Amino acid sequence: MNAPFEISRRSFLSASLLAGAVLSFQARLALAGDGATGGEDETVLNAFVRINPDNSVIIGAKNPEIGQGVKTMLPMLIAEELDVDWDQVHIEQTLADDKLYGRQSAGGSRSTPVNWLPMRQTGAAARQMLVTAAAAQWGVAPASVTTAKGMVHHEPSGRSATYASLAEAASAIEPPALDTVPLKPDDSFRIIGTSRRGVDTPAILQGKPLFGIDTELPGMVYAAIEACPVFLGTIGSFDDAAVKAIKGVIAVVPINSGILPKGKFDTLAIVADSWWTAQQARSQLKVEWDLGDLKQFSTEAYAAQADAALEGAPQGDILKKGDVEAGLAGAVKTVSARYDYPFLAHCTLEPQNCTGLFEDGALTLWAPSQSPGSGRRQVSDILDLPQDAITIHMTRIGGGFGRRLMADYMVQVAQIARAVPGKPVKMIYARADDVRHDYYRPAGWHALTAGLDKDGRLVALRDHFVSFGADGQPIRAAEMEETEFPAQLLPDVHFGVSYLATNLPTGWLRAPTSNAMAFVFQSFLDELAEAAGVDLPTFVLGLLGEDRLLPAVGRAPQFNTGRARAVIEEVCKFAGWDGKRPTGASGKGRGFGFYFSHAGYFAEVLDVAVSEAGDIVVEKVHVVGDIGSHVINPINAESQVQGSVLDGLAQSMIGQKIDQSEGAIVQENFDSFPLLRIETAPREVVVKFVTSPYPPTGLGEPALPPVIPALTNAIYAATGKRVRSLPISLDNAVA
Amino acid sequence: MDLTVNRVKHSVTADPEKPLLWVLREDLHLLGAKFGCGAGLCGACTVLLDGQPVRSCLTPVGAVGEAAVTTIEDVASQPAGQYVLDAWADLDVPQCGYCQAGQIVSATWLLGQMPDPQDEDIDAAMSGNICRCSTYLRIRKAIKAAAKAQGKGEAA
Repeated sequence: MNAPFEISRRSFLSASLLAGAVLSFQARLALAGDGATGGEDETVLNAFVRINPDNSVIIGAKNPEIGQGVKTMLPMLIAEELDVDWDQVHIEQTLADDKLYGRQSAGGSRSTPVNWLPMRQTGAAARQMLVTAAAAQWGVAPASVTTAKGMVHHEPSGRSATYASLAEAASAIEPPALDTVPLKPDDSFRIIGTSRRGVDTPAILQGKPLFGIDTELPGMVYAAIEACPVFLGTIGSFDDAAVKAIKGVIAVVPINSGILPKGKFDTLAIVADSWWTAQQARSQLKVEWDLGDLKQFSTEAYAAQADAALEGAPQGDILKKGDVEAGLAGAVKTVSARYDYPFLAHCTLEPQNCTGLFEDGALTLWAPSQSPGSGRRQVSDILDLPQDAITIHMTRIGGGFGRRLMADYMVQVAQIARAVPGKPVKMIYARADDVRHDYYRPAGWHALTAGLDKDGRLVALRDHFVSFGADGQPIRAAEMEETEFPAQLLPDVHFGVSYLATNLPTGWLRAPTSNAMAFVFQSFLDELAEAAGVDLPTFVLGLLGEDRLLPAVGRAPQFNTGRARAVIEEVCKFAGWDGKRPTGASGKGRGFGFYFSHAGYFAEVLDVAVSEAGDIVVEKVHVVGDIGSHVINPINAESQVQGSVLDGLAQSMIGQKIDQSEGAIVQENFDSFPLLRIETAPREVVVKFVTSPYPPTGLGEPALPPVIPALTNAIYAATGKRVRSLPISLDNAVA
Repeated sequence: MDLTVNRVKHSVTADPEKPLLWVLREDLHLLGAKFGCGAGLCGACTVLLDGQPVRSCLTPVGAVGEAAVTTIEDVASQPAGQYVLDAWADLDVPQCGYCQAGQIVSATWLLGQMPDPQDEDIDAAMSGNICRCSTYLRIRKAIKAAAKAQGKGEAA
């Protein structure tokens, strides 16, 4: 198990609190529930920093680690400003406690921008307390004292002291407000910008139990679930006599999966002394599901409804700017096309799971969650349990991709644990449960028309977007922004929208909305570039015009055309893009894609070879990104970009789609919902960053969206076939 | 029944139909081999039986007999094991890390069979091990680095 970062009572008593303007640390809260352990001789400087007598430093990592490297990266920021050697640092995962640690979430590539300053300030504040303590002991001015590698020095007198020797005195000093502490100048960084391997890598290589599914507790029992195969269906009746007769079965518990109103039940949990026993017992369970009219929902029905919607006028408007009809009427050339993409599942390799213990009116969870705080609120609601009666240990997570921003597994195990009080229970989804009970990336359809003027300039753009919603509003992850590129650069734009009904719960899949919109708009822009007789980079650079800031609108952030231009120009140089459109179907082709999402600007060039049999081989991808002034951990940054690019290929070229029949999900495992395998990975994905004078932003997502249109545009260059539907099928492509 | 796992003999009381994976995880508390698909499709549960990779989620424990089981926890005991582990650490291959036990066990077997595998050999041997984070480029690189170190007879 990961040792939770808990503050010992003894240390706490001698420690001061670090009250910050930004994070409002209240170290006292870490003692809630009398669960604090420790008792080492370390001294607490603040909620994130403890110093050991041997001058090693324990730094708390507060955010969920899903493979994005945040457990290494956030402590790097603290260690930098604390001015310690990375070799001195031990890292521990903190408990989930947003009052103490601020936002603890892994989503939206937000950990870097949200924490870049606060984490540095936290380290700097602790350093300042050590400096103040040393200056007081030596009777010198704090400004004459310097630090390096966990030591404080006073050069004029030649005195030095370790942080450990000063820690107790420092902990008695009134902590400075975080926004007042001076930070290091960039040119003196010793950790930020240097490659640091994942802090858990050694334990992973030893097969140590790190993940949620590895949680083990004395007397633990296991649960498998039988969930209603049709979302929003409920348990009509059930007979569990045969299940209860099986040796090892402990209980059968009706629960709410978390998608139904409170008081309704759609899932039966089988609790046994072995997960395998519980899973085998499912076949003996007799359940009548109450499905009402839910069988009406199917992939075919959606497609027919979307076609019908696209034939009519949109139900509503996302953006109406200028006069698109006049713009199109005045255009010299118009181009129309329809694009679509399917529902997708997340398929984290670690299936959804959670461990819970309900005892004496309090619940403890060991949760592989990307958003433990929202899980705590939902669990509190379903159990009518105060939030402070719920303790959440954050385990390492075997893949997130947005799936674990949802808290269904926490809500489920909480109900199961309450039914077997005093017994820790580990609930695990079988793979089919995981595929068939996801929160899916919603499918979408677009009918696009654009007009070009006599100089080949794009002047008018119309889109009718069809996705899923209720009451005239999109459901989760089915949104489209009015700033969708290149709307802000055009005079006449109309984005209309129509919503279909579904019983499927939807959710955020890595680079949500962007993973679909980039495909649609960057592929369509390549069609427009062709109509204009230029290559796509030239066409996009022409649209961008002069370097300037386009304003933030609603949830959409400001867009810097200069940063966009820089990555496009750089990737063309990097890849040796020749600026010409392909002349014919040669079987080999290059494609380009640009996208701005999650605060990152990314341009990518992809080389593809398509055999006569139609086999698609991605040979190489060039990536250039701008995520601001610093790439905090380069060894991980490269890996995140390569993983994002390959994830984009998985979303588009290996047949991933979720189908629905009679209300239920059709796919069950990796034979019907394939994941990318090594032989499909390109030989090379080369990555380059350009820096810009803006605070650094995240890397979990923004490299993904542009690779999909880079691939479809490359396939067009190689074959003359235009891919307008995902997953890619050359049979369905338009020649 | 008796089971030899990581060079240690264990006495296990379990349904012979229970998959080896769940015996390792639940009965022997060896949690390195992972549950991914339960159908032999992802390779997260890969262990060695007398040196041969098998999907422990599909292997009934009753079928193991006297074969020696090697899991990630003792993969260093295999001739190529330490080279693979060193290369994996040096290149910081894992992202989430969930599949890596299976990847490392498969790679260790590959280097026992083929001292100098090329990309095509690596792809063929590792095709059964899914990495959802797609660390495949580093996996290829690490296997080549391990092969090189093994060839020189020195740790990476």
